[in-house]
Amino acid sequence: MIIRALQDEGVDYVFGYPGGAALHIYDAIFRNPAVKHILVRHEQAATHAADGYARATGKVGVVLVTSGPGATNAVTGIATAYMDSIPMVVISGQVPTDKIGEDAFQETDMVGVSRPIVKHSFLIKDPREIPETIKKAFYIAATGRPGPVVVDVPKNVTTPGEKFEYQYPGKMKLRSYTPPGRGHSGQIKKAAQLLLAAKRPMIYAGGGVIQGEGSRQLTELAQLLNFPVTNTLMGLGCYPGTDRQFLGMLGMHGTFEANTAMHHSDVILAVGARFDDRVTNTPSKFCPGAKIIHIDIDPASISKTVQADIPIVGAVDLVLGDMLEVLKQSDQSPDSAALAEWWKQIDDWRDRHGLYTRPRYRTDSGQIMPQEVINTLYEVTGGEAIVSSDVGQHQMFAAQYYLFDKPRRWINSGGLGTMGFGLPAAMGVQFALRDAVSVCVTGEGSIQMCIQELSTCTQYHLPIKIICLNNQSLGMVKQWQDLQYDGRYSESLYEESLPDFVKLMEAFGHVGIRVTRRDQLREKMQECFSEQNRKRAVFMDIYVDPAEHVYPMLVAPNGSMRDMWLSRTERT
Amino acid sequence: MRRIISVLMENAPGALSRVVGLFSQRGYNIESLTVAPTEDETLSRLTLTTIGNEHKIEQITKHLNKLIDVVKLVDLTEGAHIERELMLIKVKASGAQRAEIKRCVDIFRGQIVDVTSSVYTVQITGASGKLDAFVDAVGEGTILEVARTGVSGIARGEKVLSL
Repeated sequence: MIIRALQDEGVDYVFGYPGGAALHIYDAIFRNPAVKHILVRHEQAATHAADGYARATGKVGVVLVTSGPGATNAVTGIATAYMDSIPMVVISGQVPTDKIGEDAFQETDMVGVSRPIVKHSFLIKDPREIPETIKKAFYIAATGRPGPVVVDVPKNVTTPGEKFEYQYPGKMKLRSYTPPGRGHSGQIKKAAQLLLAAKRPMIYAGGGVIQGEGSRQLTELAQLLNFPVTNTLMGLGCYPGTDRQFLGMLGMHGTFEANTAMHHSDVILAVGARFDDRVTNTPSKFCPGAKIIHIDIDPASISKTVQADIPIVGAVDLVLGDMLEVLKQSDQSPDSAALAEWWKQIDDWRDRHGLYTRPRYRTDSGQIMPQEVINTLYEVTGGEAIVSSDVGQHQMFAAQYYLFDKPRRWINSGGLGTMGFGLPAAMGVQFALRDAVSVCVTGEGSIQMCIQELSTCTQYHLPIKIICLNNQSLGMVKQWQDLQYDGRYSESLYEESLPDFVKLMEAFGHVGIRVTRRDQLREKMQECFSEQNRKRAVFMDIYVDPAEHVYPMLVAPNGSMRDMWLSRTERT
Repeated sequence: MRRIISVLMENAPGALSRVVGLFSQRGYNIESLTVAPTEDETLSRLTLTTIGNEHKIEQITKHLNKLIDVVKLVDLTEGAHIERELMLIKVKASGAQRAEIKRCVDIFRGQIVDVTSSVYTVQITGASGKLDAFVDAVGEGTILEVARTGVSGIARGEKVLSL
């Protein structure tokens, strides 16, 4: 019944791992080829793969795990999806209903364990509830502000002998849940007025624009008004990264020009972004002269940390569409003289410390600089790869230097910051888009957190390209230890313990390439993406300068957005 | 500021734990909480009192509204409303104390619902402040046990909280 419901929901892939309480469901998978099951090597990877699949396509990612350890192993991946508002349905097996609460073998209260990290959860008590509950789960996961939904299924509910009339519901409506649609037209008009009067405007767009399919409208609006745009880590790709009006990412490791322009702006149009602490730095010092328009589908995100002057609750695509109409019909136009002045100022900031006007890292070193690796990756892949990332310095370098021109090409764990996310997410991407170039940018720390998935790549012939920035240490931890703990590297060094990744890859049947010299970098990168490796998984183990830090970096605590370290010695 | 928030929610297993979990997860206070089914058996009504500034209360109501099981809610303190709480309180009552306590119960318009030779069990209904006042009036030394239901409330006039 569950598998039939998934089929009726249009699910093509389920990522999972079998076990006792889920065996009836697995038997149904065996008998129904319409829903393809992907066997991972650890349940955490199942959730990350479903997550990557969801981020790349906008569809709901589906996970199937067993009770107890199967369910608890999935928790990290569920939390990752929750923090980044990713639509996901997790079906977990459960011990039979008459055993619940008896500390039965492999029993965990999954509904309880997952409660703070799901949008909603269900425990099915009767087989007749299955079709409706599955429908509800998908509806809740995908609409409004998306998020993961857990469906806990006791084993006796899926007993094959149990027959009843099956009907999959067509449309779903819940009296207690109405996802927001259009924004308030009065607020949208007020916002348009404020935008037209702005002298130093900024558009600050986040992951909500991607999730809400509002990239086209956002791009049109920004270009109509000639306003500068910055993206959050989650929003990268929602505005073309190579466009003149794009100032790069903002926040903790945002560009000098984006952070400085935010601080000096007079009107901020925040779209699908949540004023995260990695963005605002000290909230009381955040953009002191700015009036804030905040568009979000989740009313609880508005005025949570920073007070909005014009809040607009609604779906971003609809709100931005309506706002575009208002702006086009207005007899006023933006203040072009003020904007020209503002752009002159921004170009001056770009010229002084911008990441894209000239290299802001050492180019005379014999060592490979991590920034250079990402630049080379960008050039060799023509900016067309779908890049999944793990968490750490490599993530920030990728976010800064790989310019995404389209949404759903940058797949990373922004909110939770989950190491181990990258490889399984890249697998999910590859399943979703078979012909795409799926790249995983990682470090030698993160990759070891889900490295068992190399075996899954072998089983399903996934030609993922893994770009490992190997600095033989937990780079971001080490950076903070350099800056705040006088270089006491407490447990952040691997010393001589790293595996030979090239041999390891060969053991899994993949290709390993080691790069230690700067002059080999481009050639080896081209080899990685060459025709002969098109159908192979390739691991590039690139030894980069272990001393390099990520800059710019906001000064914390008590800094504002314009307070940044630009290098080890230079501060704004 | 003290607020009374009334919530209509699905009478479903786990619904209450979601509300309570939300408060602990986000660091909000619950002063009191009562919950019971309504005339519509698919709905429960939950009333909670909490303390926080404007910003915090706004966040609380927004997050409560986000819970899928929450159908509707109202902050009763925003308008005229009636607030009631019931207290059962066991007090020492022997000798001269007996008459004294009886007088006090009458003043507070309570009832003595159980009697032994040395103990009165008193029932008092009213706003929380009145119950606090009774506790103060009889004095800490004489109180043996207190059981309070937590606040329940309803808006005055025509306003109703229903589907």
